[in-house]
Amino acid sequence: MNAVAQQDQGAVSTRAKNFVSPEVNIFESKDKYLLEAEMPGVNKDGLEITLEGNELTIVGHRADEAPSAEVIYRESRLADYRRTFELDPAIDTGRIEAQVNQGVLTLTLPKLEKVKPRKIAIAD
Amino acid sequence: MALIRLNKRETPWTGFQGLAQLRDEMDRLFEFPLGELAGQRFFNEWAPAVDLYENKDNLIVKAELPGMKKENIEVSLHEGALTIAGERVEEKKDASAHRAERFHGKFQRTVTLPTKVQGNNVSASYKDGVLTISLPKAEEAKPKQIEVQVK
Repeated sequence: MNAVAQQDQGAVSTRAKNFVSPEVNIFESKDKYLLEAEMPGVNKDGLEITLEGNELTIVGHRADEAPSAEVIYRESRLADYRRTFELDPAIDTGRIEAQVNQGVLTLTLPKLEKVKPRKIAIAD
Repeated sequence: MALIRLNKRETPWTGFQGLAQLRDEMDRLFEFPLGELAGQRFFNEWAPAVDLYENKDNLIVKAELPGMKKENIEVSLHEGALTIAGERVEEKKDASAHRAERFHGKFQRTVTLPTKVQGNNVSASYKDGVLTISLPKAEEAKPKQIEVQVK
């Protein structure tokens, strides 16, 4: 019993070490959400954004290779970035847009047309 | 950094998974290397994570500065210390914030260089949110191979 519990914990901590959680800002306006995630060292080719049901997962693999030199000290982490978000059902998942600029991923998540307040014109 | 080391084998708590997890967390907190605090907000200050590399001819410094404008990064060299400074400007948005984890404001980071460098030959580039500074070593700091003639 003890052995199983410890093994499980071991598995959890190794998994946690393989990824770092990027810092994010999330904004909401009338018609959309905006999500910004800091992933220094990641460019367009290293990004994986997946949507599973209501769960959006962003994964970033670092593109920067260590220079051909000896490490004197290192504070940056080798691990890839990963973070999962639960989406508001009001988001129109078919129209999510992503772009990455200088290590910052920006996701635009528009809200569904039907949840936006709309004026209805009256026919004559 | 370890203040108190709990011996995992001797604690009577191994049967309680929640407590064991909490204890592991505490252990990890005490073992937390200071380097891992870089790049994170600590007492409301922020400083970029910095790496230092060395090869035969150069020192290479890398700093993680995501989402900056080139013109807001300032690199200076003074008496063997390299300083990276700048300001991360917050874009005003007409929206309410659900999360605000990204740092905005001024920062500064100084790295003491282990060898002398040619101060007028330093180059820097900024790509994918990573600043890379290349500093050629001064001639006297480069490793030299001396051939000894055997007579």
